[in-house]
Amino acid sequence: MTADPHEPPDDLCAELLGIARGVVARATGGEAIEAFVSRGEYTAVRVHGGEVESFTSASSAGVGVRVVRDHRQGFAWAGSLDPEVVADALAEARDNATFAEPDQWVGLAEPDGVAPVPFDAFDESIRSITGERRIELALELERMVRAADRRISGVRSASFSDSIGRFAVSSTTGVAGSGRGAWCSMGVLALATDGDETYTGAGSTVGFAPADLDPTDAAEDAVRRATRLFGARPARSRRLAVLLEPRQAAIIMGILGSSLSGERVLKGRSPFADRVGEPIAAAALTLVDDPTDHRSFAADTFDGEGLACRRNPLVVDGVLQGFLYDSATGRRAGRASTGSAVRSVSSTPSVGCQALAVHPGSGTFDDLLGTIDDGIYVQSMTGLHSGVNAVSGDISVGVEGLMIRDGRLAEPVREVTIASSLQRMLLDITAVGADVEWLPGGTGCPTLVIGDVALSGT
Amino acid sequence: MGMIDASVLERVLASALRTGGDFAEVFAEDRRSSSALLDDGRVEELTSGRDRGAGIRVVVGDTTGFAHTADLSEAGLLAAAEAAAAAARGGGGGVRTVALGPVIAPGRGFDIEIAPIEVPKARKVALLTQADETARSVAGAISQVSVNYSDSLRRILVANSDGLLAEDETVRTFFAVSCVATGDTGLQTGRETVGHTIGFELFDRYDIDDLARRAADRALTKLAARPAPSGQMPVVIGSGGGGVLFHEACGHGLEADLVSKGASVFAGRVGQQVASRGVTVVDDGTMAREWGNIAIDDEGHPAQRNVLIEDGILTDYMWDQLRARSEGRPSSGNGRRQSYQHLPMVRMTNTYLLAGTEEPEDIIASTERGVYVKHLGGGQVNTATGDFVFGMTEAYLIENGEVTEPLREGNLIGNGPEVLQRIDALGNDFAMGPPGTCGKDGQGVPVGDGVPTLRVTSLTIGGTAA
Repeated sequence: MTADPHEPPDDLCAELLGIARGVVARATGGEAIEAFVSRGEYTAVRVHGGEVESFTSASSAGVGVRVVRDHRQGFAWAGSLDPEVVADALAEARDNATFAEPDQWVGLAEPDGVAPVPFDAFDESIRSITGERRIELALELERMVRAADRRISGVRSASFSDSIGRFAVSSTTGVAGSGRGAWCSMGVLALATDGDETYTGAGSTVGFAPADLDPTDAAEDAVRRATRLFGARPARSRRLAVLLEPRQAAIIMGILGSSLSGERVLKGRSPFADRVGEPIAAAALTLVDDPTDHRSFAADTFDGEGLACRRNPLVVDGVLQGFLYDSATGRRAGRASTGSAVRSVSSTPSVGCQALAVHPGSGTFDDLLGTIDDGIYVQSMTGLHSGVNAVSGDISVGVEGLMIRDGRLAEPVREVTIASSLQRMLLDITAVGADVEWLPGGTGCPTLVIGDVALSGT
Repeated sequence: MGMIDASVLERVLASALRTGGDFAEVFAEDRRSSSALLDDGRVEELTSGRDRGAGIRVVVGDTTGFAHTADLSEAGLLAAAEAAAAAARGGGGGVRTVALGPVIAPGRGFDIEIAPIEVPKARKVALLTQADETARSVAGAISQVSVNYSDSLRRILVANSDGLLAEDETVRTFFAVSCVATGDTGLQTGRETVGHTIGFELFDRYDIDDLARRAADRALTKLAARPAPSGQMPVVIGSGGGGVLFHEACGHGLEADLVSKGASVFAGRVGQQVASRGVTVVDDGTMAREWGNIAIDDEGHPAQRNVLIEDGILTDYMWDQLRARSEGRPSSGNGRRQSYQHLPMVRMTNTYLLAGTEEPEDIIASTERGVYVKHLGGGQVNTATGDFVFGMTEAYLIENGEVTEPLREGNLIGNGPEVLQRIDALGNDFAMGPPGTCGKDGQGVPVGDGVPTLRVTSLTIGGTAA
């Protein structure tokens, strides 16, 4: 941890900040420039059948340059920090700015005095892990899965990967931020076969350091998911309750979060545009976007424009509190940025959720299960990109899981869909569990019960 | 093209094999892209991108070592070769020499008429404004429009220790119009996209105003839509709009990497009847100008036209270099990757179902009650079970043999092997559909698809209406 979060946490971050400042220093009169620079290292081991299938070792770097002149914005990026390439990107961004139409709200973030909450997700131990150890871990994960159940017919792949990323952002408005992070993860996709039926089950574990990983849990999860579906068939079409474990509930919360982007709202693409102060969900639901919560794997100190990340309540006791903004959409809405600019090197900042978290309710998974007479426990959803329309709110997804009868898990089910709308699902939440789980994507979510959705099957 | 000298490549490949190894490959890529976005009535942003680098892989037995670098100098490539070799953990040693053959650059059999890079940015911007104005003029209920233009020039070079040296250059141009319509029932969306492996002449082939009107109409139609049914019904898929059905129902399941891992319901079924008679499914990278068109794949093999299912009989899977090598057969030209930062794997190109003989009107007229899906969104499949979903972005009820009311969006779900056996009508009106991006293991590649009008006797509609 560094004492002053405005100072680069290490020499490599300082070097990136130097590169960003070098680009910004080339601004001419009347020109605002922002440079976002990043560098990363990545290793991935995939094993299959007791052998290493592939071992990837890579590094990458890039720069994204935003130029604003006369209220016009231009952008260019390059996958290199070679000085000539960086200079070309600046020249292209300048040229691109001349073709945009003027917009009084467009522009870079101004320092807003919000104190950054220091967070340095960089554990040195991730650097000391050897290639041999990475391979051992992946092989051990595969072995655990294969040994767990005689019906496990194979593993599509088992992997160990780790990455280290550093970024810096600087602009002519005086914003300067940098940060670093390191993560590692393991994942496995188990195949279970009995007769002519084959099912898959996924398990994963993620951490800031190898010691955080729980491969045993990942293996058990993958095996359980693959083996409990034998005999699954479509169920009869009807309306019923849905039990969403944290992993699935987080997906629904992510769709809600995306529709609470100030940009979506300002541009007429959110079904919740005029609903601030009104109940949009059951009173049991409280949802915040809080990258300062260090339990989240997406916790961070700065947003994509270099402003301090902050805690933003979105829904409290079911009532919509407000929307998320970056600097440009904030100006347009007459509000401050909520520190919600998300970006990569190859894109300009846009508004997005960073670390959604649902407040814990009460009851364990089994308690919630016990309240359901006729329902479905969903273990996976498919077709999220084709069956979810965040503008209209319509949701229709393919699911696999187990039926619930009289408060107990019953027969497995597949080749069915569940459908509702986001607006209805939120109001139909009948229970929020106490079992908040911090998921690989950075969301913290408990089990949710949605009382009434349409199941399509036979 | 001269991205890297042949003599440098030979030294880098020799170095990659210095600690042993059965195969080494250098894949170099130089990609320039430009895009322009209009949203909320304003040209918001022009973006230019440049990405170049090389990925080097070394294969030892069943293990692939892979490293990539943005540094295309000999020193940079040698460092990556060393990292890839170390990752592959070859145990052997000794000097290997690699001699590259003449350059293979089959090209595509057609010329790029107007290189997008030569087109003034102002002309690209003018297209956006035109589409915005046209879409908004369709109806007052059109409350929001976004328009996206993008082009790319991708140059690749592949050299491997078998002596193969191949090059290609691909131009892609893409245009999309997305509309939001607002009504008493809330918000609805409509989107229309076009994309081909051609240059700015794309806009000689397509009328911008027509695209904008179709996107607007699609959103407007859904304002009056009723909830989609819930349950099983006959489904008629419209010509051109529904190729993703085959991409999901059988395409992914016929990728040799998934088949060999026992993760496909189509494993061990070559020679068997897997679809209704009359169903012929082809994957064809050579299809000129289509979105999934390639001259060579990302392993340097010339693109091919591969028949996967012929008259209902499964004829072959799709292959990349590694899978083909282990089976002692040639690659089918399906080894593709998102960029130099990714390993290649078996991927589709343009996947389509050949036309039948029936009149499309007759297919609808002979359907008592069902759903007519005119335009599909994306889809997803679990190749192990064969269960797949795909979204309907424009669909109608069929009642008494006539297309009637529009339906709201939703997914359809089915099982690939079952659905292929339930195709009971094929139209004579084949058409390719809009450009797609296929995702697999985190990598996206451009693909095309196409179908004639067809009928599936039963699919599950994931709606909410009883």
